[in-house]
Amino acid sequence: MRKVLSATCLGAMAAFAAGGAYANDELIKMSQNPKDWVQPAGDYANTRYSKLDQINASNVGKLQVAWTFSTGVLRGHEGGPLIVGNMMYVHTPFPNKVYALDLSQDNKIVWKYEPKQDPNVIPVMCCDTVNRGVAYGDGKIFLHQADTTLVALDAKTGQVAWSTKNGDPGKGATGTSAPLVVKDKVLIGISGGEFGVQCHVTAYDLKSGKQVWRAFSEGPDDQIMFDPEKTTDLGKPVGKDSSIKTWQGDQWKIGGGCTWGWMSYDPSLNLVYYGSGNPSTWNPKQRPGDNKWSMTVFARNADTGVARWVYQMTPHDEWDYDGVNEMILSDQNVNGQDRKLLTHFDRNGLAYTMDRATGELLVAEKYDPKVNWTSGVDMNKSSPTYGRPKVLDQFSTEKGGEDKNTKGICPAALGTKDQQPAAYSPDTQLFYVPTNHVCMDYEPFKVSYTAGQPYVGATLSMYPPQGESHMGNFIAWDNKTGKIAWSNKEQFSVWSGALATAGGVVFYGTLEGFLKAVDAKTGKELYKFKTPSGIIGNVTTYEQGGRQYVAVLSGVGGWAGIGLAAGLTDPTAGLGAVGGYAALSNYTALGGTLTVFALPQ
Amino acid sequence: MRKIWLIAATLVLVAPGRIAFAEASDPTAVKSEDGKYLDKEGNPTFKVAADGTVDWYTYSGYRRYHSECHVCHGPDGMGSTYAPALQQSLKTMSYGDFLGVVASGRKNVNTAQESVMPAFGDNPNVACYMDDLYVYLRARAYDAVGRVRPAKREDKPEAYTEAEKACMGAK
Repeated sequence: MRKVLSATCLGAMAAFAAGGAYANDELIKMSQNPKDWVQPAGDYANTRYSKLDQINASNVGKLQVAWTFSTGVLRGHEGGPLIVGNMMYVHTPFPNKVYALDLSQDNKIVWKYEPKQDPNVIPVMCCDTVNRGVAYGDGKIFLHQADTTLVALDAKTGQVAWSTKNGDPGKGATGTSAPLVVKDKVLIGISGGEFGVQCHVTAYDLKSGKQVWRAFSEGPDDQIMFDPEKTTDLGKPVGKDSSIKTWQGDQWKIGGGCTWGWMSYDPSLNLVYYGSGNPSTWNPKQRPGDNKWSMTVFARNADTGVARWVYQMTPHDEWDYDGVNEMILSDQNVNGQDRKLLTHFDRNGLAYTMDRATGELLVAEKYDPKVNWTSGVDMNKSSPTYGRPKVLDQFSTEKGGEDKNTKGICPAALGTKDQQPAAYSPDTQLFYVPTNHVCMDYEPFKVSYTAGQPYVGATLSMYPPQGESHMGNFIAWDNKTGKIAWSNKEQFSVWSGALATAGGVVFYGTLEGFLKAVDAKTGKELYKFKTPSGIIGNVTTYEQGGRQYVAVLSGVGGWAGIGLAAGLTDPTAGLGAVGGYAALSNYTALGGTLTVFALPQ
Repeated sequence: MRKIWLIAATLVLVAPGRIAFAEASDPTAVKSEDGKYLDKEGNPTFKVAADGTVDWYTYSGYRRYHSECHVCHGPDGMGSTYAPALQQSLKTMSYGDFLGVVASGRKNVNTAQESVMPAFGDNPNVACYMDDLYVYLRARAYDAVGRVRPAKREDKPEAYTEAEKACMGAK
């Protein structure tokens, strides 16, 4: 089964011989074909932008459902399908089925893969049994199963080519994220920040599944793959032991810093980008220090794994503001200069614009005006606190200490944005960001670590910002100025990944279950359709037989399914609290369905 | 203290069909021992004063619930998209059955659902606070406390502090 498949079986993609060429040469060419959607985010840059324009701002109102597909799984459906030639690959949450559908044959199921997994992994997943999708490369489909098995499936037959284990679910490590294929490797992160896992990104050989490198988020320099002289933090070498000297004792061994977001890659710089999550536990008093390199943007050499630069956004986290959200790569002109930019919408409510070659911080601004835990990032290069956010005492759970309930912190632990990926349109040079508009009370307390058991250590309650009833916004963001261009209110958090298109239309889903299309320039709503369940999946587009389609998985769940299913509580709300607090369960129920839209013929 | 939960768990493991959900007993507190209120059968229960002041166990149970349990069972015991609401559970589930399920977990895996509750008997963050969780959820079941954090509470009893230290310290 290790035989390299020729690309001919994948329809239009016949031209690329698999031979000695790197898989990403093939992938780069394939991702330039807008008819396909060969990577989870559409391209290496994570833009979630399509050049297709058959569906545009003037005709999107006529959109209709073209076909639907039930996944047969009920829980939260994150991610979205891949489209490679005439084949579509649809994944599901646990038990992590993969379906291969032939789009040229009435979407017939060509093969189905369903792994056997120990159901004991289910309760070790912090926030539902989600999976964010599969990756394609070298004629294979790569799936990261809940039990951390990374499996390579023959894209044509679904046969297992190889499989390897990426972590130990017995210790709380689980697989939820989508792999990234780069050159002759497949890269994958890991989940388990609420279980004290020492998280990492690992590169496996595309052909054999053998581990090539593994870079931890915290630990000694060799484990985190830092070069003390050459790895830089805001332009300066990090020096020796940059991680372990920011932890007490050997707490880094259960330090979290998980890596379950979408990764991106710049082929010209040969750098891979991703973020790390919260340090374990949620009780900041129990882990003194900056806890590096949790909450960090990483740029690593794709071949060696060695870090080129890092930037820690939230040193010594006090609120569970994971830094895992995707890094979106764009080439833009800033003040007359062409810059290679990286834009990141962090859980902590700040949107960062950086130079992705050097790690220079250009912009750090709030992308929800309600964000209140910080007065902003110190942008003065000569300041000793350069690059650090200024934390307000009133909202510091560290200052409040154990057993003290710190109230009214915005955003909530969900972040102003969580895993739901944003999109970037080079046409408008705007980022389209699905956001949460939720605040919280947070009370840390002492917890004890037991392998494989939750290691949380905080009680929190979440509610909309005071005086407001909506819990989400869908915004357009200018990353050069750090300003919101337009903002649409949503009753619930927007937990669905956005899609921007050359048709001047931006798509996203809502937790009630609506697929919405809005004007890219103004945000004006142009179309909506209520799918069978709430949407936490990402919108995808492709072309088949001369027709543009828009596809999205519905199936409510994920973290949104915890906090919102029962409705949020507002301790400050009196009687007659407005409809915004109503339960999501009044709007939608479970069920995994792919809904595919097109214009009428 | 944790040994007790392990014994309770064993009982349930031996006879898993015994989770019978018989009508639970009257939750009215008839006496108190070191700040813990007990019903007439001697099981832990809540005590909410006329001014809304809750006993320490109800308050502590609220906190522990929202650290360990709410990630599946939802805020305030309201359930999530993948784990049942617990708000009403302790109207019908006995104290012994509650301890057994929390300590040894539960599985309900079939074609329609994949519900798995882990065993918490070995997790001191849960096992040391079984009574707190029981009392809080019992108070929820009888509408003695609402959906939000109890505003007023009794002080942490001294005996409780000592027992907590002993339990959490015992590794």
